[in-house]
Amino acid sequence: MSGAAGPGRAPLPCAARAAAALQLPGGAEAARPGVAVIDLRFPRGGAADVHEIVFKNFYTAFLSVRVQRAGPPGPRRWVTCLRDHRLMPSPHTEEGSQDYFSLRHHQMLCDMEQVTALRFILRQPSPAWLHFSIEELQSPQKDFPSWLSQLTPPEQPASPHGELPDPEKVSTEVQQMWVLTEVIRARQAAARIGRFDVDGCYDVNLLSYT
Amino acid sequence: MLDPDSGLSLTIARIVRRLQGSSLHSQLERQARVSLHKPEIKLESLKEDIKDFLKTSGWEKKLQNAVYSELNVFPSPCHPAAPPEHMKEPLAYMRKAQGSWEKRILKSLNSMCTELSIPLAQKRPASEQKELLNKWNEMGTDEPDLSLFRPVYAPKDFLEVLMNLRNPNYENGEQPSFRNHLGLIQVPLKVKDIPELKEDFSELGLNTGQLGIDDSAQVPPEFFENEHVRVGQKVLAEQDSAAAQQYVRQGCPTALRADLWALILNISNQPEDILYYEQLKSNVIQYDLLVDSLIYKDVKLTASNDDYYFVFEDYLYQVLLCFSRDTSVLEHFTYSSATPPKSYIRGKLGIEEYAVFYPPNVAPLCFLYHEPSKLYQIFREMYVRFFFRLHSISSHPSGIVSLCLLFETLLQTHLPQLFYHLREIGAQPLRISFKWMVRAFSGYLATDQLLLLWDRILGYNSLEILAVLAAAVFAFRAVNLMEVTSLAAAEAVLADLSTLKVMPLLQIFLFATVT
Repeated sequence: MSGAAGPGRAPLPCAARAAAALQLPGGAEAARPGVAVIDLRFPRGGAADVHEIVFKNFYTAFLSVRVQRAGPPGPRRWVTCLRDHRLMPSPHTEEGSQDYFSLRHHQMLCDMEQVTALRFILRQPSPAWLHFSIEELQSPQKDFPSWLSQLTPPEQPASPHGELPDPEKVSTEVQQMWVLTEVIRARQAAARIGRFDVDGCYDVNLLSYT
Repeated sequence: MLDPDSGLSLTIARIVRRLQGSSLHSQLERQARVSLHKPEIKLESLKEDIKDFLKTSGWEKKLQNAVYSELNVFPSPCHPAAPPEHMKEPLAYMRKAQGSWEKRILKSLNSMCTELSIPLAQKRPASEQKELLNKWNEMGTDEPDLSLFRPVYAPKDFLEVLMNLRNPNYENGEQPSFRNHLGLIQVPLKVKDIPELKEDFSELGLNTGQLGIDDSAQVPPEFFENEHVRVGQKVLAEQDSAAAQQYVRQGCPTALRADLWALILNISNQPEDILYYEQLKSNVIQYDLLVDSLIYKDVKLTASNDDYYFVFEDYLYQVLLCFSRDTSVLEHFTYSSATPPKSYIRGKLGIEEYAVFYPPNVAPLCFLYHEPSKLYQIFREMYVRFFFRLHSISSHPSGIVSLCLLFETLLQTHLPQLFYHLREIGAQPLRISFKWMVRAFSGYLATDQLLLLWDRILGYNSLEILAVLAAAVFAFRAVNLMEVTSLAAAEAVLADLSTLKVMPLLQIFLFATVT
C-alpha cells in the first residue's frame, strides 16, 4: 500500500489491508455496493502526528476519513476528520479519476495528533466503474512547507545517516552555492541551438521503439 | 489537488524559472541599466524609480504579456507526488493507447526506410546543398519522384484507433445501457453541454456584435464595425496580450489580424528569432530527412491543388521543412501526451526531433504573414498551443477525443432524430466530421471564414469551438440529411462547406435553437 518515498516523505509505517467492500449480511452474491473501507493501524499500538496525507485516486468519487486517537484507556471512539470530500467532480466521467491528492491538517475537522488508526471510507455511487480504490498512500513526517520540498529535484539523495555536519559550515557553503547558481542561471540561455549530430555524423537509419 | 496557495507558489516558481535567462530577461536588465543614466532615477529610491521607469516605457507590459503567455500554454502544476508522465496525461490507459499508436507510426516509418533503402536522415553532399540554397524560394518547381512514398497514416486510421479506445475499468457491457455511447467514441470523458457552452462562449451571443455577422453589407458600419476597429487599434497601441485575447472573441478586422495574433501568441520577431529561423534554414540545406519527402508529397497533393492555397506552395515548404527540424518544439512534449521518437545515430541513442506529425495547417497563415521567419514563428506557436492536440490521444478538454465526444453528444442531445437516422443507415456522423475537426476545418471552409473561426480559437484558448461548429453544420443541413439513405449520400450532402458562413451557424446553434 505504501508507495515510494519522496523528499521529506515517508510511507505510513503501518499495516494496511486492501480496500474491503461493504457487504450486506446474508447476501447471495457479491454485490457492488459502491462503498469500501481501508483501515490503517500503526504497529504495536504506536501513535504519530499526521500532518498531511497524500494518495493517488483510482475512480473513488467521495472520501471520508476517520481517526482513532491515543487517549485514556477504554473503548476508543472514531472521530470523523473529513466528511465526503469530493475527489471526482462528476462521478460518471473521468475527471479526477486518476489524480494525486493531498489532505492537509487545516482541511480536517479535528486534531490529527497522536493518531493510532486511520479509516478511509471510499464511496463511488456510479455503477459505471468496475473497481475503485485509492493507491500510494503516504504521509510526510516532517512539518515544513510542502512547496519547499517540491522546488528541489526529486532525485535528491536521502540525508546521510551518521552524525550531522556542522551547521555553520553547511550554511556558508549553501550560501556560496546559491550565489553561484544564481549567477549561472542568470547567464543560461533559454533557447536551444539544435545540434543533431553525434561526432559530426548525422546518419539516422532507424527510429527506436522504446 | 493542490490547495490554492501552494499551487500559486509553484506556478510562480515555474514561470520565474522559465523567464529567467530568456531574451526578455536580458532586455529588461539592459533597460534597467540604461535607465540609471536618467535624471529621474534617484539613488535613495532606486528600486521604485526603476520599476516606474519600466512601467512607463512599456517594458512592464511586455513582461506581463510573457507571463500571460506562459500561463496560457502550460497547464497548472501537478501535485508534487505525481510523476512527469502524469502531467502529460493523467489517465494510464490513454497513455498506453498513445504509446501503441506512436509505435505503429514508427514501424511504418522504419519499414518505409528499409523498403526504399533511404536513411531517415543524412547529410547532403555539397553540390546538392548549393542547389537547394539557390532554389530555396521556388521549391515548388521541383518535381521529385515521390510515387514510392505513401502517407504514413490517414485520418481514417486515427479515427479507428480512437474508436477502439476503451477504459479497462469501465463497464463496457454488451447489452445496451446508458453506459454504452451511441456514437463511435466509448470513453466517458466529461464534455460540456449547451448551457455550459453558452456561458463559456457568451461573447458569441445574440446581443453582442460579431465580425462575420454584423459587418455584412446590409448593416451600416456605424452600428458596430467602426467602433470595433477603433477598439482594436487601441488594443494594439497598448500592446496588451490579455486585452487582445478578449478582443478577438468578437472577431478580428482583416487589417489588424496579423498584428493581433502575433500579440496574443507573444511573437515579437526579434533579431534573434530571425537568426533562429536562418539557422533552421541552414539545417534544412545541410541535412536531408525522409520526412521531407513525405512533406513534399503531402503539400503537392493538398495545397497545390487547392484553389486558394496553391499560391503559397513555396512558403509551405519553407515553413514545414524548418518545422520538422525545430527542437524547441520538443518542449511541448512535457504537456502533450505524445513522446518524441528516439533514433539511433551510429549505435548511440539520441533524441530525434519530432519526425512524425500529421501535416499541420500552415496554409491559412500564409494569408496573414509574408515574411518567412514571422510566418514560421506564428505557425510554430499555434502548433504547440493548439494543433498538436488534434493528433495525439489525451483526455484534455481540447484534445481530439474530447472534441469527438463533444460533437457526438451535442448532436445526440439536440438532433436526436437526425443522429438516429444517420446511425441506422450506417453513416455515423463522426465519420464525416472527423476530418474537418482534425484539420481545424482548414481546406474545407472559405479562407475568410476559417480565419474568423481561428480568431475564436485564439480568443477562447480552446478548440471546443471546432466540435460546436461541426454540430452546427449538421444542424444546418439536417433537412437534406434526413432524406439520405447511405454513407456516400451523406458525405455528398456535406462535401462542400465553402459557401458556409461560420458565425451565423455558431450563433444559431448555441443561442437560437429551441431545446
